[in-house]
Amino acid sequence: MTVASPIIGAGRPVAAPTIRGTVSRRRRAAGAVVLLGLVVLVWEGAKWLGGDPWRIHGTVLGIRVDYEHFPAFNWRIADDLSLPHVWDVIRAFVDPAQRNGPPLGLILAGQALFTFREALTGFAFGGLLGLGLGILFVHSRLAERALVPYVVASQTIPILAISPIIVVATQAGWLSVAIISAYLTFFPVTIGALRGLRAADPRAFELLRSYAASGRQVLRQLRLPASVPYLFAAFRIAAAASVIGAIIGELPSGISDGLGSAILNYNQYYILGPEKLWATIIACSFVGIAFVGLVRLAESLLTRGRYRPVDR
Amino acid sequence: MNAAAGSASPHVVETHGVGKVFETGDAAVTALDGIDLTIRSGEFVSLIGPSGCGKSTLLRIIGDLTDPSGGELRVNGKSARQARLDRDYGMVFQAPVLMDWRNVASNIELPLEVMGFPREDRARRSAALVKLVELEGFEGKHPWQLSGGMQQRVAIARALAFDPKLLLMDEPFGALDEMTRERMNLEVMRIWRETGTTIVFVTHSIPEAVFLSTRVVVMSARPGRISRVVDVDLPQPRTVDTREEPRYFSLVTTVREALRAHLVDTEPLDDLGDARIRAEGIS
Repeated sequence: MTVASPIIGAGRPVAAPTIRGTVSRRRRAAGAVVLLGLVVLVWEGAKWLGGDPWRIHGTVLGIRVDYEHFPAFNWRIADDLSLPHVWDVIRAFVDPAQRNGPPLGLILAGQALFTFREALTGFAFGGLLGLGLGILFVHSRLAERALVPYVVASQTIPILAISPIIVVATQAGWLSVAIISAYLTFFPVTIGALRGLRAADPRAFELLRSYAASGRQVLRQLRLPASVPYLFAAFRIAAAASVIGAIIGELPSGISDGLGSAILNYNQYYILGPEKLWATIIACSFVGIAFVGLVRLAESLLTRGRYRPVDR
Repeated sequence: MNAAAGSASPHVVETHGVGKVFETGDAAVTALDGIDLTIRSGEFVSLIGPSGCGKSTLLRIIGDLTDPSGGELRVNGKSARQARLDRDYGMVFQAPVLMDWRNVASNIELPLEVMGFPREDRARRSAALVKLVELEGFEGKHPWQLSGGMQQRVAIARALAFDPKLLLMDEPFGALDEMTRERMNLEVMRIWRETGTTIVFVTHSIPEAVFLSTRVVVMSARPGRISRVVDVDLPQPRTVDTREEPRYFSLVTTVREALRAHLVDTEPLDDLGDARIRAEGIS
């Protein structure tokens, strides 16, 4: 009976996931490019059919081009004010924002970095608060029953209404913006933590009970590791929310270094340069996408090989 | 056999009139009633019976995972709670209940970490246990990379990691296919012989109970009672050939008839029976 038993499923995983991983990653990247192309196509297609008349005049790759187009229809949503040409938006990044100033793209990049710092700080505050509340709630039914309704209610208050209050009350400049960002961030993390900290198999709790494990050991050995996939799902939502929170927080705070002030500014002068607002919007979404991407990266670094793969 | 283990009390488990009533909203269901059972050190005792006879509940009461509603219970001469706090027993469930984020070696080391064993001691023990359950080369694998039988072997190794004198096993091979199950039976036999651990084993497989046990406790349902105790006098060590002996077959028949005797005078599952099974599953 001590004969080495024929072992089922030995060494099966190892190579397969990496190959499949690169394929799916490449496919995902290709999908994103195709989707972007489709958006541009629909965008310019609408302008082709119902936008304002336009003319290309100049040299492209050494060839003289002079082309005029008169669309068949005249749609309000496709005119140059509502929907500037894609190339106009792209050019807005390169052109100086003010006469003899640096290009708008460079300014936006600096503002994006500033806003990202606020969002990151808010994310850290909110994430810690959310995780702390989750841990409190799974250990105290009383606290859960008493506080969860307020946690939910906190998210029904328009952030736009309370952000000026926070700015005035804290007088902390960009830090008060981070607090506003944290206000949006802690909620998904609380909910995710609450779910994740209870996600382990009930028998695993009994197992630790049979070891006479302390509450802290149960938290460390079971609740926290079991909550990791739930926490990261919440972190992704929180990352996107923290950018929104930071931008909105900037609006009443009078901080001019972030994307919030850029939005206010180009909103006011929209008629003079709609493509600048569009460029700012793209910069905002880029910050959000980059942040969510960072969270995903952290997740895969932390969980690869340690957690059951769930990618497919 | 293994009459070793010179502990203070020769009785590892001793129950007198232990009962368990589940309150399920509108009805109270008696899962266990008047259980008198004494398990001596070094024994291998199987609890067998139909679904809802409370065999798992009895095991969980011994392990202080469920409170009895009445009766007296001593584990290693102590209260069940004290025995649990003293880490007197190891538990194996029907599912392996391994931690996904831990590899084989560190799953085995989990109880040792909780109990504060020094690092070198943990490594030494898990290495020895990996050998015992024949998983050499798989120390670094995670649970989802193992077959069901291998996972259950990890669970057994984990239960043995801190040398408990008592092993509680709740249908540990219930989810495995027949061939894996028979091989696992042989492994448990070997582990029992090599470690001298007292084992209480819940099963609803008659051949498994007879093959493994020194005693088979046959239980009946509604209310859960001990209907008969069958001494299994098959010689040790038991091997693949044990299952071919006439004595083995006659013991299987004895247990089967003991089970059937009580199935005849019970009605088919009614609502109450279902409620009882549910209650047992939840608690």
